[in-house]
Amino acid sequence: MVLSEIRFEPDDRYNAFLTICRKAPCGTGPLAGVAVAVKDNISTKGIETTCASRILKGYVPPYDAHVVELLRQSGAAIAGKTNMDEFGMGTTTENSAFGPTLNPADTSRVPGGSSGGSAAAVAAGMVRMALGTDTGGSIRCPAAFCGIVGLKPTYGRVSRFGLIAYSNSLEQIGPMAKNVSDVSLLMQVIAGHDRRDTTSYNRPYRHTPDADIKGLKIGIPKEYFGAGVDKKVADVVQRALARLGELGATSVPCSIPSMEYALAAYYVTCTSEASSNLARFDGVRYGPAANTKKSWHDAYRDVRRAGFGTEVRRRIMLGTFALSSGYYGKFYAKAQVAKENVRKDFTRILADVDVIAGPTMPTIAFKLGEKSDPLSMYLADILTVPVNLAGIPAISVPCGKADGMPVGLQIMGRPFADERVVDVAYAYEQAVA
Amino acid sequence: MGEAGPQVIVGLEVHCQLDTKSKLFCGCSTDYRNDGANTHVCPVCLGLPGSMPVLNKKAIEYAMRVAKALSCEVIHESEFSRKNYFYPDLDKAYQITQYDKPLAQGGHLEIDGDEGGARRIRITRIHVEEDPGRLVHMGNAERGRYSLVDYNRAGIPLIEIVSEPDMRSPKEARKFLNKLRATLEYLGVFDSEKEGSLRVDANISIAGSERVEVKNITSYKGVEKALTFEVTRQKNLLRRGQKVERETRHFLEARGITQSARSKEQEHDYRYFPEPDLRPLHVRSWVEGIVLPELPDARRERFMAQYGCSQSHARTLTGELRLANFYEKVVGPDPKGLCAPAATWIADTLTGELNYRDMSLDAVDAERFTALIRLIQDGTITDKSGVEVLRVMLDQRMKNEQDETPSRIVTRLNLAKTAGDTGELTAVISDVIAQNSKAVEDYRNGKNGALNFLVGQAMKKTRGRSDPGELNRMIIRMLGTREA
Amino acid sequence: MVTEKDVQHIAELADIGIDAGELGTFTAQFNAILDYFDVLDRVQGDGAGARDLINVMREDVVEPSLPQEDVLRNAPAQEGGFIRAPRVM
Repeated sequence: MVLSEIRFEPDDRYNAFLTICRKAPCGTGPLAGVAVAVKDNISTKGIETTCASRILKGYVPPYDAHVVELLRQSGAAIAGKTNMDEFGMGTTTENSAFGPTLNPADTSRVPGGSSGGSAAAVAAGMVRMALGTDTGGSIRCPAAFCGIVGLKPTYGRVSRFGLIAYSNSLEQIGPMAKNVSDVSLLMQVIAGHDRRDTTSYNRPYRHTPDADIKGLKIGIPKEYFGAGVDKKVADVVQRALARLGELGATSVPCSIPSMEYALAAYYVTCTSEASSNLARFDGVRYGPAANTKKSWHDAYRDVRRAGFGTEVRRRIMLGTFALSSGYYGKFYAKAQVAKENVRKDFTRILADVDVIAGPTMPTIAFKLGEKSDPLSMYLADILTVPVNLAGIPAISVPCGKADGMPVGLQIMGRPFADERVVDVAYAYEQAVA
Repeated sequence: MGEAGPQVIVGLEVHCQLDTKSKLFCGCSTDYRNDGANTHVCPVCLGLPGSMPVLNKKAIEYAMRVAKALSCEVIHESEFSRKNYFYPDLDKAYQITQYDKPLAQGGHLEIDGDEGGARRIRITRIHVEEDPGRLVHMGNAERGRYSLVDYNRAGIPLIEIVSEPDMRSPKEARKFLNKLRATLEYLGVFDSEKEGSLRVDANISIAGSERVEVKNITSYKGVEKALTFEVTRQKNLLRRGQKVERETRHFLEARGITQSARSKEQEHDYRYFPEPDLRPLHVRSWVEGIVLPELPDARRERFMAQYGCSQSHARTLTGELRLANFYEKVVGPDPKGLCAPAATWIADTLTGELNYRDMSLDAVDAERFTALIRLIQDGTITDKSGVEVLRVMLDQRMKNEQDETPSRIVTRLNLAKTAGDTGELTAVISDVIAQNSKAVEDYRNGKNGALNFLVGQAMKKTRGRSDPGELNRMIIRMLGTREA
Repeated sequence: MVTEKDVQHIAELADIGIDAGELGTFTAQFNAILDYFDVLDRVQGDGAGARDLINVMREDVVEPSLPQEDVLRNAPAQEGGFIRAPRVM
């Protein structure tokens, strides 16, 4: 029931938004009148949804994603759709077809990706909360780079119905805000079972963050402080862990051997699934028109050539290759075994400790245009992707600065222990507030 | 007659639409045939970005009934896979099907062999998958060709039944298909009268040569026609010393031929992988609780035992569910006296008349039909008149005219049998004898066929109203010859 | 190691449309990435994961479909309720 509307006229100098809803209807409920930004890969009925791609320019979904229905029911005002890396493929939001988003902390730098628009909108104070999506770190990375809080829920805890799929077996929609309490509040609205998503669990989230972490055991994986991690970033995070120690937590060293191949397993899996998910964009039912004077395959190829950016085409080809006859066993099948090994590693460690902690990203935010080589871009995901492979919850909370740029502390937990992970972040946030 | 020369080897892949109320992965109604294009579509079956499939339990139950009836083994864990290819009627650019973990494997179906006796055709596997949309090809060379798509059919549940290459002739293939169709109807999972509800791909080879796949066969008769054409084509090639190419061909029903599909269809690499949005199935434990209804073979045996039907009649009558149900409705509570004539009239006459009119058995009123049989049984009308009355009844139904009862029709058309030896009959026979002296002479010379001819001539003159047996006796008497 | 010809073949398989000018760069990047993927060859295990969610199904109940105009609204070309597509023959 629409009780009123808010006027939303932000100064979007960071290009955080692709669509702005200047008069956003809202209602009553736990988020009454709160402006919430929604990443542009989440379907919103009547509002253009593009995944930051030319191939979906003009597409207006005739239905709402499940989480959007829940947002509306909670009284929130959907303020607009945020910029992202095209179809979620990227770590910097530079892969958007509609220009990159700038990092409010330093506009010569990227905000992270792929939920860069949502992070910037929150960091710049344009909205109080935002929804992002996280396939291999796409909520946590921009949260860390922009200095805000972002949670990737346990796989299956939030419905994916209406999320335009990139990698079905890995991704989740999650909350982003400036503080842990707001992240927790938004999580409460969106979590829970949806019968339209058969991978969703009946595990609603009803929790007020609790700062008591006395007796908490934190696993510190050596792989998270190894050679690939910038020393200044590692130091900031170590200081944050020490702070947690002062609050009554104990740190325990541990190791995740499967990290060796986690990134490869991630990229094989997500590109394979994406190559299949993105094949439906043929300009027939939606999107820019196919040339119906040409023959089918020619028209189809033309639509994809014109509509997909370079990174998207690259990943589609990688995924097609990984699934192709003769290579399936070497790539996709092996990646699933690897994924299971990663999950087993985390289960083993989390039997002895309550949470695992480390830096969210190995560096601070890159300069715009700095990462031009695809492989070196992929390597930046090394600390975030294991979480998606394992399906466990993880949060990034700001824990200081390195070279003047925000650094994120990542807390990872057991499946369905999102509440605990939130608590640890909250404890830290309150201690340094 | 034994098959001379090298052996013909045939395997079939049969796709049947399962008769559920809603589609396989969404709640759209499956009753789309009378409605406009794209009116039975939702984000899921339209494949809109962000949509997700949810499996219809009934479709799995139906498929498991089939698996049990065909003695297949339901595998412990089955799952759905994506079959990826690009075509405008496939709106997700992949079909959700089952690949390396189908619902069931193994099993068999028995048919009557060409040389008598039962033949066991083995089933390789059974799985469930979704139907794509429907493409209509438009335009022409001048104005330009294009396609129109209707997604009403997208997402309809299909069961795919794959046989081993155990069939040895086009005829056996048709028998297998008929038996399979009947079984699925008896199980209540399939309606064969729904247009397009069945599609068959056939694999055929002559022993020692390459295998040819024939796609796009959509009727039972079509299967035998397509395969007969193929056998001839392949044998001709071999006779001329040429090789049979391994290829895919399409069946063009209207012309009765198969044509090479050597279009720009790329060699398909479907890049199968497990569907990540659907969970695995552990349904082997359901098998025990499935109670199978009486199946065609059992019903055939029962018809022979309970109603005294001949094997041939029983086979025909139980060959289609509607036919079997109709027969039992007609003989109904008081089968005595009706069993035999009903069997003959339904199996031999009614089916032919319906086929000719392309009419469904559903349009025939069982009570009226029973009344007609009784009129013939009690001698009110002859068999020939019976056929005439039946035709009138069916035509009235087909043209949606006012239905008349059989008695009404008999009265209106004056078809009541002329009883006994009236003067009229004697006069008619005298005419016939006078006008057909050659036949009379033939008969006197011992050719009994000539007698039938004379009877026929007399029946013509009485417009079929007289009893042929009666005419026979009268002619013999009047010609003064003793009956043999 | 994949050649430009292999990459060309994949592009055809995927109907993805890459230009001749892009082929060289794509191939080089492909090879770097695929080399990185080689680490998967060392992975051991049976991959048998937890089967905690199985048999998730819905009842055979009809639910409303989209109105035809919603189905057609985003389609660039339509005719008589059908959606128009390039010719397949």
